[in-house]
Amino acid sequence: MRPFTYERAASAEAAVKAAQAPGARFIAGGTNLLDLMKLDIEAPAHLIDVGRLPMAGIEATEDGGLRIGAMATNTAVASDPGVRARFPMLSEAIVAGGSPQLRNKARVGGNLLQRTRCAYFYDPTKPCNKRQPGSGCGALEGLNRNAAIFGASPSCVATHPSDMAVALAALDARVETLAASGAARSIPVADLHRPPGDTPHLETALDDGELITAVVVPPAPAGGQAYRKVRDRASYAGGLASVAVAGGRMALGMVALKPWRATAAEAALADGADPAEAIARELAGASPLGRNDFKVPLVARLAVATLAEARVAASVGGQG
Amino acid sequence: MRITITVNGEARSLDLDPRTTLLDALREHLKLTGSKKGCDHGQCGACTVLADGVRINACLSLAVMHDGDAVTTIEGLGSPGKLHPMQQAFLTHDAFQCGYCTPGQICSAVAMLAEFEAGAPSPETPRGAAPAFSDAEIRERMSGNICRCSAYPQIVAAIRDAAEGRA
Amino acid sequence: MSSVSDWDAPNPVKDNRAGLIGKGVDRYEGPLKVTGTAPYAYEVQPPSPPAYGVMVGAAIARGRITAVDIAAAEASPGVLLAWTHLNAPAQPPRGTKGHPRSTQGSKPALESDRVAYFGQPVAFVVADTLENAVAASHLVRLSYAAEAHDVAFHERLDAAGQPPGEQDVEIGDFDSGFAASEVRLDETWTTPLQNHCQMEPCASLAWWEGPSRCVAHTSVQMVKPAQHGLAETLGIGRDDVHLLTRYIGGGFGGKGQTYDDLTLAALAARALGRPVKVAFTRQQMMHGTIHRPATVQRVRLGAGRDGRLNAMSMMTWTHCHRDGAFTEHASNFARSLYAAPNRLTGHRLVKLDLPHAGAMRAPGEASGTLSLECAMDELAEQLGLDPVELRIRNEPEVDPENGRPFSQRQLVRCLREGAQLFGWDRRMPTPGQVRDGRWLVGLGMAAAIRGNFLLPAKCSFSVDADGVITVRQGMTDIGTGTYTVLAQIAAETLGVPLGQVKVEIGDSELPPAPGSGGQFGAATAGSAALMAGMNLRRAIADLATGDPGSPLHAGDPGDVTFQDGVVAIENRSETLSDLIRRAAPDGLTVEGEIRPAQDAQKWSQQTYGAHYCEVGVDPVTGEVRVRRMLGVFAAGRIINAKTARSQLTGGMIWGVASALHEGNPVDPRYGSLINQDLAQYVLPVQADIGELDAIMLDEVDDKANPMGIKGVGELGNSGAGAAVANAIYNACGVRLRDYPITPDRLLAGLIAKGM
Repeated sequence: MRPFTYERAASAEAAVKAAQAPGARFIAGGTNLLDLMKLDIEAPAHLIDVGRLPMAGIEATEDGGLRIGAMATNTAVASDPGVRARFPMLSEAIVAGGSPQLRNKARVGGNLLQRTRCAYFYDPTKPCNKRQPGSGCGALEGLNRNAAIFGASPSCVATHPSDMAVALAALDARVETLAASGAARSIPVADLHRPPGDTPHLETALDDGELITAVVVPPAPAGGQAYRKVRDRASYAGGLASVAVAGGRMALGMVALKPWRATAAEAALADGADPAEAIARELAGASPLGRNDFKVPLVARLAVATLAEARVAASVGGQG
Repeated sequence: MRITITVNGEARSLDLDPRTTLLDALREHLKLTGSKKGCDHGQCGACTVLADGVRINACLSLAVMHDGDAVTTIEGLGSPGKLHPMQQAFLTHDAFQCGYCTPGQICSAVAMLAEFEAGAPSPETPRGAAPAFSDAEIRERMSGNICRCSAYPQIVAAIRDAAEGRA
Repeated sequence: MSSVSDWDAPNPVKDNRAGLIGKGVDRYEGPLKVTGTAPYAYEVQPPSPPAYGVMVGAAIARGRITAVDIAAAEASPGVLLAWTHLNAPAQPPRGTKGHPRSTQGSKPALESDRVAYFGQPVAFVVADTLENAVAASHLVRLSYAAEAHDVAFHERLDAAGQPPGEQDVEIGDFDSGFAASEVRLDETWTTPLQNHCQMEPCASLAWWEGPSRCVAHTSVQMVKPAQHGLAETLGIGRDDVHLLTRYIGGGFGGKGQTYDDLTLAALAARALGRPVKVAFTRQQMMHGTIHRPATVQRVRLGAGRDGRLNAMSMMTWTHCHRDGAFTEHASNFARSLYAAPNRLTGHRLVKLDLPHAGAMRAPGEASGTLSLECAMDELAEQLGLDPVELRIRNEPEVDPENGRPFSQRQLVRCLREGAQLFGWDRRMPTPGQVRDGRWLVGLGMAAAIRGNFLLPAKCSFSVDADGVITVRQGMTDIGTGTYTVLAQIAAETLGVPLGQVKVEIGDSELPPAPGSGGQFGAATAGSAALMAGMNLRRAIADLATGDPGSPLHAGDPGDVTFQDGVVAIENRSETLSDLIRRAAPDGLTVEGEIRPAQDAQKWSQQTYGAHYCEVGVDPVTGEVRVRRMLGVFAAGRIINAKTARSQLTGGMIWGVASALHEGNPVDPRYGSLINQDLAQYVLPVQADIGELDAIMLDEVDDKANPMGIKGVGELGNSGAGAAVANAIYNACGVRLRDYPITPDRLLAGLIAKGM
């Protein structure tokens, strides 16, 4: 790691002010940032530790939704009785990611801002437009088995690794943020991540120094919820694909550089299409690259299975 | 930076480069080399320690982030002459071979039982239910600790014995 | 002239009066390992604070370093030195005729501007702290002139040649025999390149005692070659290198040699006059140390309708580094496994610009059984025979390749007992018949075989005035249980409780042993220990009977018994400690040694087993879960039931991983492996392994060594992966012959079958 200075923020307001310093970055759990700093892929000059800010609460909102403080650990969210009762799919998506040790450290805000696990991004000897703009994309014609099938560009075919984000996208969640100016705003999770286009190094809709303070989940939609993930081993592994279903809403994971809201499939389902037909309509827009062709049938089959699980869950009782 | 961490019950004052990870602070500064560096990227679990009672990867944390925290390492659980029940169970069941992942496995197992007691769910936990103690739950919850010697069946047996008070 | 018959005499291990042989005693060093107090190489506390070295790997697969910019690294805070080939100390070339083993593995570090593989250490930085060293290492800038590299194994099969000094082995006339067979199978399997991924990355700590003596702690399986190689590199006498490797965080063959961490730590410690320690990063391990090479295996089986093999061929293509000669002998085991009058086996080697290939747990068998043991499953289906029965029908009476009798061969018993214990009779012969929730369930089996070896070794035994027996040997314990089995052999041989035995190994100043590898460790080190122990018994007996102060005085030394720490002749006795304290207060030390018997080659000597596996296959996603697995093994007398079982179950899980998880694809554009850490390289985790156990049959192999023991460290992963693959077929009807069987591959197979 390159030398940096470190401070613990006294408040969210102080944190966003401190973040105006050149090269400043927030750190909370640190599980992704430190991973990348050790590889010299991230090199902040100043770290602002926001991990102890009193923003870890998980509260029911008046309308029956949830407000999750950005500093809540993944474990805390997954274990929260209200989450498990009303948003079981969110809890299940969280525990499908990482390991208990990582989930104990990782925070909700940072989870959403994880960077891709693309092998070419992680190897500084390889071209990667995300790591080094203009250097090219090693994955485009490389070993891209786990590359995106939606929303990619010739500049970047990486995927977003978060499980939790897929669940939150299907739940229509929004993030609340605080800017240095003191301005707060709210952004749909589905819009938080920018499409790679020809600027894959610009990853989110957040401005420099803007801090995620909370995630707000609206009331669960009618119908069942389910989350399924397929990976190369039974646990502690990134996914090949995942599907989150909440009522009539569906999001797909590890198929794009963001949690991919399957709007075409949702529209088809709303029109009465059967699950296979609905997901086929979504996948009509997929652009696999060869080695990741399997993601198209995998998502098709997994989506049908996940929708069926959600239906069963709904019939068993409530959302759960 | 000067920080204080209570390590295994003893307040330790350290003057550290902010870049020092909690793992390197333990291993290189405090000479507590029981916590191992298997990958240094949170991908193996050999560095698992308890921070304020919660298991974490010490390699993916800066020591300065733990100023004021209480950290328990494998050395804090027991000693060769006075083994913690989990350490004894690992010995009895031969739940290790090369021994390099072992301190992390044991710290992880101790914390795992506490998480289990607290009702934290895992992918093996049925929806809406409290987790039921089973081999499948142990396996899932111990999956953040890789053992290349592959003592996995012995580890499950050891944890089961320790949890059920047989060790 | 030594003979296996020399080993026929009774000895304390065979007699096993105290019952310590075979007992599942706890690991000798276990209390240290479970408390984190066993110091591995990087953790040893040197006499003064160490400096920290960090290596930098090459960014190309083949070419030349054209320019070096280390100014920024040298100017970085805390940096003590920064080396490339331009300023690294000169090192004599390694290897002498007398000691060719020391030529293996790494060459002098930072030797020249040549880059021979991606990740080859090409620069080295030492600083006062680890943080400063790592930061400085990122500031090293190297320019390269890349040359065309050749890394695409599957595209270069036509360039394969015979491995040096080898020829195909043909018995009978394979082509005719195959053509004349009523039932024929001709299929090709592929296995990928694999990495050892020992949990402890290679690491070394070195310091100098005066100008000419180097102390080095490192993580290596073989002590003497490491000591000799380092001495040659440093240009000092062998005895001026004190090499220690007391605790080793996994080896699996990958630490059978040393790497540049050791060389650079020693050179930098000399240059700086202070201790220096150097560890590979996890990322550096993938390219910077050896790997198991990929293979292509063509298996042809020709049988009669009765299931008897008439023709068998196994040809393996594999690869090694352009400058190397290592061959993954995946076809070798097939020479001894099944009877067939017409046989053809051999290997072809492609030289590539990938990093060095080398031995990885059960080299040969681990890869080779993944084809032949599945081919047998396919043949059984063609014949309408049970796969267990097919194997039993092809059980040879003598080694089918050389006609030698087997020293012991209990394969059929392993097959039968395994089938019964596992419930093999519940297997449906037709695939895809059993469902459990979302899972299709199938059963599979495979045979296991792995050779047994005995190498020359020495050992010393001491007894002190407290009656404590100390075993000393330049042997290693890589998790295999060496400490423990040596303690058991010593305790049983000298008739003392286990608590009265100390074991010191992993030190070049102790009597030499070949180290850990090829599952020869316990038999080799243990036999030398038995010999030393017998010599100590004789010395103690002579001492007692010759000492007028002893109640045993004037007795026949041959009548002295050793039990419970007491030496006795009938009812005349005293404690061992009383005897030594009085008659030899400084203690006694003797050596012993073992050598292979010259007639041992008259027998075909192997270890055997049978694997049974139950998997679940999700036909929607292609996911596979191992639900249940049992291995039954016959591997000579077992010294420690607990550690041997752990070795076997560990090996079985390696087989599971080979079937389902492991592999490291090559990106041909860059000549590098795609998986460079433990998130990308898929090892099995706890959740991947269901109920899994290993059972050992009673056996004594009197042709193996004086104790009748054999190795188990590699037997477990011979055949285990094939049992998994066969179970997958039985579950869902999809045969995949390219490993690993990942969800994407299995999904394609399921879709192709209309599932």
